[in-house]
Amino acid sequence: MTYPIEKIRADFPILNEKIRNKPLVYLDNAASCQKPQAVIDSLVNLYSHDYANVHRGVHTLSVRSTDLFEAAREKVKSFINAQSEKEIIFVRGATDAVNLVAQTYGKANIHAGDEIIITAMEHHSNIVPWQMLCEEKGAILKVAPMNLEGELLMPEFEALLNSKTKLVSVVHMSNALGTINPVEKIIELAHAQNIPVLLDGAQAIPHMAVDVQALDCDFYVFSGHKLYAPTGVGVLYGKQALLEAMPPYQGGGDMIRTVTFEKSTYAGLPHKFEAGTPSIAEVIGLGAAIDYLNSIGMEAIAAHEAELLAYATKQALQIDSLKIIGEAKEKGGILSFTLHKIHPHDIGTMLDSLGIAIRAGHHCAMPVMDFYKVPATARASFAMYNTKSEIDVLMSGIRNLIEMFG
Amino acid sequence: MFEDLRDLYQEVIFDHNRNPRNFHVMENYDRMVEGFNPLCGDRLTLFLKLDGEIITDASFQGSGCAISTASVSLMTEIIKGKTQAEAEELFHTFHKITTGKSEELQLEAVGKLAVLAGVREYPARVKCATLAWHTLDAALKNEQQAISTE
Repeated sequence: MTYPIEKIRADFPILNEKIRNKPLVYLDNAASCQKPQAVIDSLVNLYSHDYANVHRGVHTLSVRSTDLFEAAREKVKSFINAQSEKEIIFVRGATDAVNLVAQTYGKANIHAGDEIIITAMEHHSNIVPWQMLCEEKGAILKVAPMNLEGELLMPEFEALLNSKTKLVSVVHMSNALGTINPVEKIIELAHAQNIPVLLDGAQAIPHMAVDVQALDCDFYVFSGHKLYAPTGVGVLYGKQALLEAMPPYQGGGDMIRTVTFEKSTYAGLPHKFEAGTPSIAEVIGLGAAIDYLNSIGMEAIAAHEAELLAYATKQALQIDSLKIIGEAKEKGGILSFTLHKIHPHDIGTMLDSLGIAIRAGHHCAMPVMDFYKVPATARASFAMYNTKSEIDVLMSGIRNLIEMFG
Repeated sequence: MFEDLRDLYQEVIFDHNRNPRNFHVMENYDRMVEGFNPLCGDRLTLFLKLDGEIITDASFQGSGCAISTASVSLMTEIIKGKTQAEAEELFHTFHKITTGKSEELQLEAVGKLAVLAGVREYPARVKCATLAWHTLDAALKNEQQAISTE
């Protein structure tokens, strides 16, 4: 079946925008994805017809909102193939989810002298929460190194695992490099020593089918806004037994069973970790995004994006002064690059004047920039609605700005 | 192709980006301050030689975008021979022309620096142009710690 690119593009109203009088070429998808009409409609419909607070009222609207909210949880469960909807915790985003695990599982299980392993290509969100925990507990953060292509060095990773290792927390797909890590192997090695594994799936989830049971990961975290859903919602998946054993994260309404001034008892999963009124509309919007993605199919999207990456890489390699940062064999739709003697910020402004949105900066991965000895990179990242002709516009822009800089 | 950008990227800026002036480490400096823009990773080190009130020499090292490199290069040229008070005054005027808050843009008061006034239209790039001047301000006030635009 041919990939329905025309239909998909028509489903994203923002793609009709003109930026500086040029058609928008949106290639900053690794930062955040645009929203299809179905997601926008889900918000408008909710607020127009069905909205009230969830899990509380006996009135009709509260019941409708609660049903829609819990239906979204069911959709997330199926989307990542979790065993139970009790394993799906709604949080603010991937960052919030990592912090939740650090502050609950981490505080309860990681002690002085224990070790946590991350990799050299982590986003700040999978570095800083662990540094904070290590500082508090006197634990040690170990970093598994990578090679110049941006691939994790597996023997070095394996050598770091030992009886003091209490958690492995690894990015599934790197936002700065595009590298897709061999997570099955990582999990197999860690589990052989009874070490749980958290996967940061913020970047991976919009680009590939994820099956948490097949992976056998212990935690999987992602953000909604990179999955074509609204901002302010993310998901923590955790194996039920682990979540049951973890202390609550924040205290408040919705996460309790009973409260007296002497003692409170906590609600069961998943509500134990969802204190306060959640992002109701955003969660329902995430459900709508998942329905939309399922209507196209994650395999079809992955194949389309792989084709875009191959095309863009081939074009980029023909530009002499362009250096690709991140050349892993297993790679998602991210083209991070530098141009000789042209700062990424200048590249970003120049391309913007042509209607092209890319990211220029450190991508919240300063240690990756240090590794490649660059202050920043320019990054074009692809999504389900991008086309080869947009990549042509990008490459023509790059060639022209190189000429302008002389 | 980049007609819209002509106000931002003027030829003077390309010239200073390709061949930055006073781009070297200074021996026997009187003041040295580091400036850092965490948003884009621009880093510069500014060196000053003072003779009483007079700035007798200025130089810099570092890496940044074309706007920030041209800005610091032009600045080191223009402040040489000026008194510290004159340089401070220039900093305030420059700040006004790049943030566009002044009713009358005193472009003639800043001479060559007027080529940087184009950043007014690009709020995300204003810090690129002003980093050098904030660093100078810190150097003149003899503040030792690194300056950040955040």
